[in-house]
Amino acid sequence: MEWQAEGVLLAARRHGETAAILEIFTAEQGRFVGVLRGGASRKMAAHLQVGTQLQATWRARLSDHMGVFTIEPLQARAAPAMADPMQLAGLNAVCALLSFALPERNAHPALYARSIALLDGLGADHWLDAYVQWEMAVLAELGFGLDLSHCARTGVSQDLAYVSPRTGRAVARDAAGEWADRLLPLPRFLQGVGPADREDHIAGLRLTGHFLAHHLAPSLGDRPLPSARARLVDMLNRQG
Amino acid sequence: MSEGARQIEDLIALMARLPGLGPRSARRAVLHLIKKRAAVMIPLAESLAEVAREARECLTCGNIGTDEVCAICSDPKRANGLICVVEDVADLWAMERGRAFGGRYHVLGGTLSALDDIGPEDLRIPRLVERVTQDGVEEVILALNATVDGQTTAHYIAGELAPMARAGQVKITSLAQGVPIGGELDYLDDGTITAALSARKSF
Repeated sequence: MEWQAEGVLLAARRHGETAAILEIFTAEQGRFVGVLRGGASRKMAAHLQVGTQLQATWRARLSDHMGVFTIEPLQARAAPAMADPMQLAGLNAVCALLSFALPERNAHPALYARSIALLDGLGADHWLDAYVQWEMAVLAELGFGLDLSHCARTGVSQDLAYVSPRTGRAVARDAAGEWADRLLPLPRFLQGVGPADREDHIAGLRLTGHFLAHHLAPSLGDRPLPSARARLVDMLNRQG
Repeated sequence: MSEGARQIEDLIALMARLPGLGPRSARRAVLHLIKKRAAVMIPLAESLAEVAREARECLTCGNIGTDEVCAICSDPKRANGLICVVEDVADLWAMERGRAFGGRYHVLGGTLSALDDIGPEDLRIPRLVERVTQDGVEEVILALNATVDGQTTAHYIAGELAPMARAGQVKITSLAQGVPIGGELDYLDDGTITAALSARKSF
């Protein structure tokens, strides 16, 4: 069995004294795990940082074996991000969340393309807008998409201000009534309106965080969300 | 298998657990020890027993020594106002080999890691903040590895010390990143070249 594809490195764990176990996310193969011989060497250390874009070849005798990777690094993303704490936290959060949420060996080409675009845009203007929208895309890809097209109670598509924490459907401001304090605020930038500020990003991450923690995570064995995401949120909160 | 042979096999199995040794090299090492019983094996056994009995973490910095406070922390010639933060005792020893640093150390005992779920509470970060607050530290040098986890930890510590840094009580610095001594640009990865270029200095 053999395939070749370009992908992004999500995680690298040392395996024994000389090898490493890599998690690589590719468009065609999805999240794939395999052994890299010599992956614990000093020569490979710079390339085996999360976010590195790689050309990977995977080989195994049988398809259900873990298999062995050979890699050629194409683009480092960790080094440029290291100087900026938010950018580094974003890189960590993207890779950790993909590693946490994606099932092994299931292709998600649309999410792959979106993840690469996000990783390449880390640190650019409005990258946090893109990050929150990417978390919504992760939820949608895995079957927990939010419906922000119209109000769940009245059907109107204007002045949507909340999201039901149970159904993930939008609720208009007027329709929320006495339930408003039990609903999750919906920042306007997620409806494509206006530029987002820090408060909008915090509200957006609270919204996606709720569905990641209470809807997606239980379906994956109720593991806690990766601490890398919590650190990104914490860093954003501290910026105030 | 006789009792004696079993004990030797047990020793080989234990030696094979050491870094850099496999079953074959462990077997060679054990054979060498047995042949050099008086010169190597007995002194080694005594030394191992003594270190196992005496070795402990320094209560101040986390370095390994044989006293409650290590030789570096109790050395009066070292600068009190300068703390170098390292990930591991091996990093402290590497810094000491260079003999370029005359201050104190703080060993974190690891780095923040999303993969291994290591959080700030698992490291000696609160103790570092306590030392900086109480000991009149003027500069904290973050000598952490140039890896994603190392730099994530460095940014976290900088965040924890930021109120003191803003108040002018402490300066936070980090090691430079760039071309290693003897390094050839042609063989460097693009991340190192990028870091070296952005940290360029007047010549």
